[in-house]
Amino acid sequence: MLTRNRLLAGVSALVAASFALPAAAQDTIKIGEMNSYKVFAAFLEPYKKGWEMAVEEVNAAGGVLGKKIEIVSRDDNGNPADAVRVAEELLSREKVAFLIGTFPSNVGLAVADFAKQRKTLFIAGEPLTDKIVWDNGNAYTFRLRTSTYMQTAMLIPDAARLKKKRWAIVYPNYEYGQSATAAFKKLLKEKQPDVEFVAEQAPPLGKIDAGAVAQALADAKPDAIFSSLFGPDLAKFVREGSQRGAFKGVEVFNLLGGEPEYLDPLKDEAPVGWYVTGYPWYGIDSPEHKKFRDAYQAKYKDYPRLGSIVGYSLAMSAVAAMKKAGSLDQEKLVAAMSGLSHSTPFGNVTYRPLDHQSTMGAYVGRIGLKDGKGIMTDWRFVDGKDALPSDEEVRKMRPAN
Amino acid sequence: MSYASFVIQLLNGLAAASSLFLVSAGLSLIFGVTRIVNFAHGSLYMLGLYGAYSLIEALGRTPLGFWSAVILAALAVGLVGVVIEVVVLRRIYRAPELFQLLATFAIVLVIKDVALAVWGSEDLVGPRAPGLAFPVEILGRRIPAYDLLLIVIGPVVLAAMWLLLARTRWGALVRAATQDREMVGALGVDQARLFTSVFFVGAVLAGLGGALQIPREPANLDLDLSVIADAFVVTVVGGLGSLGGAFLAAVLIGVAKAFCIGFGFSKLTLVVEFVIMGLVLVMRPYGLLGKPPATARFGEPAPPLQPPRRWPVVAWLVAFAVVPLLGDRYITVLMTDIACFALFAVSLHFIMGPAGMVSFGHAAYFGLGAYAGALLFKKAGLPMELALVLAPFVAGLFAVVYGWFCVRLSGVYLAMLTLAFAQISWSVVFQWDELTAGSNGLVGVWPSMWLSGKPAYYYMTLALCGLGIALLWRALFSPFGYVLRAGRDSPLRAEAIGIDLRAFQWAAFVLAGTLAGLAGAVFAFSKGSISPSSVSIAQSTDGLVMVLLGGVETLTGPVVGAAIFTWLRDTLARETEFWRAALGVVILLIVIVFPQGLVGGLKALYARWRPA
Amino acid sequence: MNGVVLRVDALHKAFGGVQAVEDVAFAVSAGELLALIGPNGAGKSTCFNMLNGQLEPDGGLIEFEGRNIVGMSPRAIWRLGVGRTFQITATFASLSVRENVQMALYSHAGKLTQFLSRFGSELRPEADALLAQVGMLDQAERPCGVLAYGDLKRVELAMALANQPRLLLMDEPTAGMAPRERVALMELAARLARAQKIAVLFTEHDMDVVFSQADRIIVLDRGRLIAGGLPAEVRANRDVQAVYLGSGH
Repeated sequence: MLTRNRLLAGVSALVAASFALPAAAQDTIKIGEMNSYKVFAAFLEPYKKGWEMAVEEVNAAGGVLGKKIEIVSRDDNGNPADAVRVAEELLSREKVAFLIGTFPSNVGLAVADFAKQRKTLFIAGEPLTDKIVWDNGNAYTFRLRTSTYMQTAMLIPDAARLKKKRWAIVYPNYEYGQSATAAFKKLLKEKQPDVEFVAEQAPPLGKIDAGAVAQALADAKPDAIFSSLFGPDLAKFVREGSQRGAFKGVEVFNLLGGEPEYLDPLKDEAPVGWYVTGYPWYGIDSPEHKKFRDAYQAKYKDYPRLGSIVGYSLAMSAVAAMKKAGSLDQEKLVAAMSGLSHSTPFGNVTYRPLDHQSTMGAYVGRIGLKDGKGIMTDWRFVDGKDALPSDEEVRKMRPAN
Repeated sequence: MSYASFVIQLLNGLAAASSLFLVSAGLSLIFGVTRIVNFAHGSLYMLGLYGAYSLIEALGRTPLGFWSAVILAALAVGLVGVVIEVVVLRRIYRAPELFQLLATFAIVLVIKDVALAVWGSEDLVGPRAPGLAFPVEILGRRIPAYDLLLIVIGPVVLAAMWLLLARTRWGALVRAATQDREMVGALGVDQARLFTSVFFVGAVLAGLGGALQIPREPANLDLDLSVIADAFVVTVVGGLGSLGGAFLAAVLIGVAKAFCIGFGFSKLTLVVEFVIMGLVLVMRPYGLLGKPPATARFGEPAPPLQPPRRWPVVAWLVAFAVVPLLGDRYITVLMTDIACFALFAVSLHFIMGPAGMVSFGHAAYFGLGAYAGALLFKKAGLPMELALVLAPFVAGLFAVVYGWFCVRLSGVYLAMLTLAFAQISWSVVFQWDELTAGSNGLVGVWPSMWLSGKPAYYYMTLALCGLGIALLWRALFSPFGYVLRAGRDSPLRAEAIGIDLRAFQWAAFVLAGTLAGLAGAVFAFSKGSISPSSVSIAQSTDGLVMVLLGGVETLTGPVVGAAIFTWLRDTLARETEFWRAALGVVILLIVIVFPQGLVGGLKALYARWRPA
Repeated sequence: MNGVVLRVDALHKAFGGVQAVEDVAFAVSAGELLALIGPNGAGKSTCFNMLNGQLEPDGGLIEFEGRNIVGMSPRAIWRLGVGRTFQITATFASLSVRENVQMALYSHAGKLTQFLSRFGSELRPEADALLAQVGMLDQAERPCGVLAYGDLKRVELAMALANQPRLLLMDEPTAGMAPRERVALMELAARLARAQKIAVLFTEHDMDVVFSQADRIIVLDRGRLIAGGLPAEVRANRDVQAVYLGSGH
């Protein structure tokens, strides 16, 4: 009976919790954040730490518009329908000022469309899809992260310089992998018209048959491989491919391959010599990054991942927008976001009025080994603004606001 | 593809088949004896990988350390299986068919969050097998020595299992129970101990399958669900309860995937196993080596179905109708979701409860209805209202085709064929970029102006879903519905009094599919977007969970289940970080306290407490 | 005895080279009770399943009221006017006794495809009349799932009579019942059949039932008919004694 009573008490507490309207605190500004924390945990745990640190810093410095800020975070379960419901809850019940976050492309696009419908500012943090600012772009949506197109474009100079003729391609079979592949083919062909794409493998996300895929690529006898695999797929591909000699005498380019989230699990098997985009946190000594890294390591006793950068910078973008707008009015916030420029650990970023894409850059380099761990070597920073197509092309893709 | 690559891809396929076989063999064994569809089997596999990783780190990266770790991890997973059986499943063997599936679903949620808490979110790449970390050259191509070992391990385990089953008393009992569960009870065997031991062996096989993958696959949190679908497919293609069949099916599927990749059709790997399953089931209704089950239905016969009493329904409708007046916009949004899911669950219950045809792929109709609505609106340019009205019929058309094949099977085979069709639909939706926008899904699917307010849309949802539910309930008490119930109780008798049962079941399939399509279309316009996840296994599973949670043998159960599940998930996800584990624990509590589902349990309580 | 209702001639069925039923021939007339007996494995069930359409014979003739029914489905045979009961009762456990009988009546009347009307509102008096005949009217509201076995047998009988059959096929009608109930049930069936001029073919293990109720008996052994005739003749037949007692040589 005791347990039954306890059960009842617990249930009633839950019921109460779900129906109680949260008291609107007057002294804080709430920002709504949603993400697929459980589905993409490896990236999003550091991401959450990033924005938590940002909130602490901002509040320690006195907050914004005379108020403290609070990020109200929700799990969207990696599902666009859940994300739209959660967004609705954040807006109508938590009365958040606007929305930030999301990870996978489909969730990002669904929330962007919702933001347009609700005429509410939405700053997408992580979604890489080009469509969110171009084909499906809208007046209320902005995106921080260096997009698929931009990161691919950053690898093109090296790819073209090698003058390899036969290319094989492998990518996870969904939006990100597809657009990376399309962008790569288009951009490389422009630079090097005689290029040949000799094999294409599109394994399902998270379910690559790495041995068979590596073998099939090797059978095509490519001079170089372009891959956009990440996570467990990448780890499996690297191991199977190197055991089978599929990378011998072949140059490999791997989008995102240098991000600590995906490089570190490989440990001493990190594929030396691969060209990647990523985040060499150990080597960036710009003052803004040093400050960020020291604070992060002091707070969490762990080194930052790329997710930490995105989470931290995203919160900072939100704060900068409010500061510039001087109000929480949606139209004023959107106007402020357009052309907004602020500092991040990766240097200054600007949200382009043209397409609402930020100019956040990325690091390009090659994988090396140090003390049994993969690192990026010979890396350089590429500013995002240098990796974007011409304004003309962007206008063609983006619908009029 | 040259001869050499052909051979190598064949070997690749065989290596991949090995672990798949181990997992499936365990699943098949457990199902054969206990009739439990163990949804948590993939989680046991995942624990095998994580366990092996940690044990290798502890015991050292030496051949001895590696192989002790693999075996210890498998045994440890076996113990987890024992705990699951003793603590949870043993309490609910007498519950209605498939109810145990709900419990194992909850266990999946709990294990996932426990693994996250223990091992963290980062993928854990284990070492290569010490002593076997070299490639072997075959026909001028290199293949890892470990893969060749895996190719041998599969048949060795098959032989060992065969000996165990053929030569020991335990094996004889397992075989007897697989053929006829009642008989084992009659033989005076301690059923509880037999079941526990079967769970142990099944879990060890899953754990071993996982642990052996450590040199090939990083331990990560997505393994459970990605493996369980494959394992179900292999088990069913091989024939439930047949180890040889499972082996054959694992090889067939492993090799087919490798050849898809080898021949340059890598996009097909998304769906090839489901295509194979569909073809096999259409041609061999009990799998490659399976036999028709002795009895189609297990456990107690279904109790009579009571029509809903009028006043509680009216009271509920009034309660639903005043929701938007509460002034909390979000409750209206949540209730819109609940109404859509309620119709979805009721339509699933219509075929799986009274008609006795369990569907593991009901999301096909929900999702296709949603996509039909979105496409008619966006691509065909129809007015939103017309798109919404036509969409269910598109879903119904698919049900006409899929249902024609499905009603020719029964039991788990039928359920798995529905899953095959759902997955084939999903993969088409997921990859047909020009039409469905692929993985991104369609956006901008918003209702017309007069429905754009949340209360307006909610009232429309309430009206449409309410009418849909009323129609299904009404049909259940019509001669048509009685035929379905009669056909579930005794197909033999139905046929003997001149009833063409299949035709009725087919019609039921189409009706349920159409109304699931309505639920999906209403849902799509309430969200403004639609993505392939609405056609996914997860969506189908949600439907099953709602029906079982509320109680499959009651009429209102699915509605209550839909409401409770949606509300719980929403609330728990907000209140706790480990919301999946919390949701799992709550479902387990409900399962143990109310083995007939919530509504069934409450009715029983009411009947007991009511003054006589 | 009136005209022949069921006529079987030269009926054959083999399973993988084993002759299960070989050259079987007999006939049943309206109002007559014919018992088909024989030891286990004699081919009774095979024979029965060919008559009711569940198995297709390899050769031979099955004529119901002068019409060849070989190759027809169980459904079609039922529609012609053949009722049947099963060795292990097959009723609709979740429906009430009355609803079970109404189901058969609805099917006979072609009213099952109705989609929105309430089941059970029609054909109620007819159902109750059938239930009264088998003595189950007082239990009409109870679900079949909770009935005693003997009562289920009687519900089955009522269902089998719902399409006003001219032929009733009863496979082991008293299997699983207490000895005293057995004779009572078969007496009931015999009385109803004779009153309604229904031809009855039944298989039975209980010799008391067979010899007290059957008008004629035919004996099957290893797929062949070895004897046939009035109960007294069959009882006296030495071959039959040999088959049943395993002696006589």
